[in-house]
Amino acid sequence: MIAGLLEYEFLQNAFLTGLLIGLVAPLIGVFIVVRRLSLIADALSHVTLAGIAASLFLAKKWSLFAGLNPLYLGMAFSVMGSLFIEKLRSVYKHYQELAIPIILSGGIGLGVIFISLADGFNTDLFSYLFGSVSAVSRIDLIIIFIISFLVILLIFLLYKELFLLSFDEEHAKASGIAAKSVHFIFILMVALVIAASMRIVGILLVSSLMTLPVAASIRIAKGFKQTIFYSILFGELSVLGGLMISYYLDLAPGGTIVMIAVAILIVTIMFKKWNIVRAKSN
Amino acid sequence: MKETIVEIDHISYRYEREQVLEDIHLSIPKGAYLAIVGPNGSGKSTLIKLLLSLLKPQQGRILLFGEEIEKFKDWQKVGYVSQKANSFNSGFPATVYEVVASGLTKKLGLFRFLKKEDKQKIMEAVASVDMLPFLNRNIGELSGGQQQRIFIARALVSNPELLILDEPTVGVDAKNVKNFYDMLENLNKKWGITLLLVTHDISAISDKVTHVACLNKHLHFHGESKEYELFKNDEMSFVYGHDIHLLTHDHDHHHGGTNQ
Repeated sequence: MIAGLLEYEFLQNAFLTGLLIGLVAPLIGVFIVVRRLSLIADALSHVTLAGIAASLFLAKKWSLFAGLNPLYLGMAFSVMGSLFIEKLRSVYKHYQELAIPIILSGGIGLGVIFISLADGFNTDLFSYLFGSVSAVSRIDLIIIFIISFLVILLIFLLYKELFLLSFDEEHAKASGIAAKSVHFIFILMVALVIAASMRIVGILLVSSLMTLPVAASIRIAKGFKQTIFYSILFGELSVLGGLMISYYLDLAPGGTIVMIAVAILIVTIMFKKWNIVRAKSN
Repeated sequence: MKETIVEIDHISYRYEREQVLEDIHLSIPKGAYLAIVGPNGSGKSTLIKLLLSLLKPQQGRILLFGEEIEKFKDWQKVGYVSQKANSFNSGFPATVYEVVASGLTKKLGLFRFLKKEDKQKIMEAVASVDMLPFLNRNIGELSGGQQQRIFIARALVSNPELLILDEPTVGVDAKNVKNFYDMLENLNKKWGITLLLVTHDISAISDKVTHVACLNKHLHFHGESKEYELFKNDEMSFVYGHDIHLLTHDHDHHHGGTNQ
């Protein structure tokens, strides 16, 4: 793979994109998981699908749009979806989780319509659904790099506000910080990271990269910073390990990445159990 | 005359169908230890939300440190400890240190990071609630009473002048409740922090508080706790709707039923 990396641009793109996603998806994922918003990632990924399908449809019907990277419309839809979720959460104050199935099914419905208008499935769409390493272009890489840079910078700058908001939303509001604005920025970041991650693992598996490494990390970490550290470590292990294994064994990279994340999760669960048993026997 | 920290001026509040607070008038002098008691649903939480500016008063006005609450910006002067069960996820992966540090968020302001002296403050706050040995433990590993101490430390770390506690002993085992109140008394007496304690548990108001108010839509009494002793029976039966003796330890079983 090393030789291939030097030789083929598509492998470089895939590898570098994977590195970025392996960092940024679990990083934002930590905040998503501890705020019990895991399903939002799923809802937004399906809205992103609608955006991708819309873009493919437009490209097919009007040559004007042929050169448009589907990632742009995907991102736009994802961001709009996140705004809708916020709106729905304030409309259904007592049923906040309702926002998720509404947006999720809305996203799929719209996506299916655009797919049928664009005359059904094609390989392009397939690569977005399940991720495709060979489909990552230089432009994709640059977009994903910019998104990752923005997200890391914002989380660094807003770390203590995000922490307080995640730990205790009521207290965050009572302490007089700009909880609404911080939450809004957070949701926008989630939408962007989902759109960015989809290139590698695919729409259907995006949420796994944001939740599985975090789920494993929470089992063993002490404190929040350590949780972030292990989440990123597990994220990178999954992405890089998955890319390598899929390259050599000719497997689907998205699925391989997710299965490695699942394996890490199982190991951490066993590790914790083993530790408890050992502590008891001592 | 002592400085007034909180001035609640003829406040009324109603949710869609129900009037929860009616013409409340209350002022809290600096250094007071005020207990507001009232049964569940008496409007205590609404009053606290108004004081924290989570709700806007529909009638009347609130002054915090002499300033209209709408214009009040110094929120780090107000510490708040909520009912533990309410807002916090006990599986949250954060250490005691990180939780207490989050109490400095507002004081530091946007884009600022913890400095050396802030770290010192965090240690002092944790020490003041006797929890230093637990500094690097995850918050979820602690007992309810210990967690509540950490939340007090979080409120203390920004050096508040007023500490508002909403039923802080819910979920704390009886054995630790006494220690908890001893600690509060200490904060009031030694540190001079003005305390506002909201509770439905009348037995919790020991002789430690300096002022007592009873709330049940109306604020029925507001005065120094010594005078309050004289009023207690009449006043409580009015607020709770039946004889106060039912709630004290030497209660008379003939009445049957208890309040809580």
